Amino acid sequence: MSSFKQAFTSSLGKKLIMSLTGLFLCTFLVVHLIGNLQLFHDDNGKAFNEYAYFMTHFPPIKVVSYLLYASIILHAIYALVVTLHNKKARPVKYAVYDGQANSKWNSRNMGFLGTILLFFIVSHMYSFWWKYHRDQVPYIEYRSDLNSGSTQTRELAAAEFNDYQNFTDNGVEVVRARDLYRQVEFAFQEWWLVAFYVIAMVALSFHLIHGFRSAFQTLGWNHKKYVPLIRFIGIWGFGVLIPIGFAAMPLYFFFCK
Amino acid sequence: MSGHMNLTLKVWRQKNKETRGKFVTYKADDISPDMSFLEMLDVVNEGLTRKGEDPIYFDHDCREGICGMCSLHINGRPHGPKEETTTCQLHMRSFHDGQTIVIEPWRAAAFPVIKDLAVDRSAFDRIQQAGAYVNINTGGVPDANAIPIPKDVADEAFESATCIGCGACVAACKNASAMLFVSAKISQYALVPQGQTERYSRAQAMVAQMDEEGFGSCTNTGACEAECPVGIKLTNIARMNREYFTAKFFKQEEAH
Repeated sequence: MSSFKQAFTSSLGKKLIMSLTGLFLCTFLVVHLIGNLQLFHDDNGKAFNEYAYFMTHFPPIKVVSYLLYASIILHAIYALVVTLHNKKARPVKYAVYDGQANSKWNSRNMGFLGTILLFFIVSHMYSFWWKYHRDQVPYIEYRSDLNSGSTQTRELAAAEFNDYQNFTDNGVEVVRARDLYRQVEFAFQEWWLVAFYVIAMVALSFHLIHGFRSAFQTLGWNHKKYVPLIRFIGIWGFGVLIPIGFAAMPLYFFFCK
Repeated sequence: MSGHMNLTLKVWRQKNKETRGKFVTYKADDISPDMSFLEMLDVVNEGLTRKGEDPIYFDHDCREGICGMCSLHINGRPHGPKEETTTCQLHMRSFHDGQTIVIEPWRAAAFPVIKDLAVDRSAFDRIQQAGAYVNINTGGVPDANAIPIPKDVADEAFESATCIGCGACVAACKNASAMLFVSAKISQYALVPQGQTERYSRAQAMVAQMDEEGFGSCTNTGACEAECPVGIKLTNIARMNREYFTAKFFKQEEAH
């Protein structure tokens, strides 16, 4: 066991933890983006609210979500530990240091970008995760006529709502759910929150353009054949597509709703 | 003389490891653009010596760009503004008349200043002693070509072995990390058959010594690769990580 302990407390091992947790968070981003695309359904949030219920109640997803919280915390703690260690490695600073000449800005400022993201995650979880779990969102009932396909919605009072329900009654599908969609709609009416989300997604882009590629380098997966693919996915997938996809959500609600 | 330059130097002067250093400004007048950077400092030192002042102390040896002794952090970059160049091979034509040049020693906890611009790089020696060697059994002299090595592998090992241990990678790194150096030294043995016997104990021992010396961690900025005077590649660091994790998780030699 001491070999593992040594491995994870070494300078390389701490980076290994950063790398593994970082990559896990990257896979989460993909799932989170695909899931949240339900927000763009023009169905008064039925698909999104059903999805939100599924994600918070399906046991395997719950297990993964705890892994996710642990990864965020570990990634942040190890970033702090590594950064403090690195500061100690150069106690006397250079009077002149031309970092621009030999490295990219984002690669030198991962801690700064990461701090923005940590604030974002806390704020994001408070706005939606916390309010959803603490029953601080409205309730809604969808009645879909299975023959005609038309759906009627009605806000439920707290007294009328027991738990999530999904049943068919006389050719009418009834869904009663916590209306997280309404909460999203409500939150993104604030211009400053929308601006904060867009800024955070710019930070995410720069963080991942360096971070995704860097994670593979730390794992030792560096090969002429595969590095171009990793770079491509890092830049266009995680640096462009995913941040734009997420940023589109607050912008959509602010400008189109 | 035409084409000669007058420069202002801001040089880090520090009496020894214990005292605090400071920048001192010197004039370097009538400097030929064909001089190397070290020759320019020689001229300045001659002037200082004539005036009875303490000359600027800096490391140098071969002045051919192959020994790795010269250092100097010049205007914010190790070995100055040119790529794949040691300070001794840096010529004054890379600067212009009237320019102010700030000269600092390598800054790292693991490289304490000996005096002025010279730092103690014996941390590198201790890392090498920890594992950068191969065991040779006694006996008859083996045939020169008894061990076949593919050309690509031999070339790759040779590329890693060109590291001159100057410490520019540590100096350039925002974390004062020595990983480019250590990875090059691990790679040159890990790649070839002669280095296999100690392959995994070497990676572990050298990384442990590197951490012991107080170098920082790699954040993959690539500054080391960009500033390396002999062009050691970042792929070496990935290889070191592979060697180390493989050793720690799968290959650690233990008697059962």
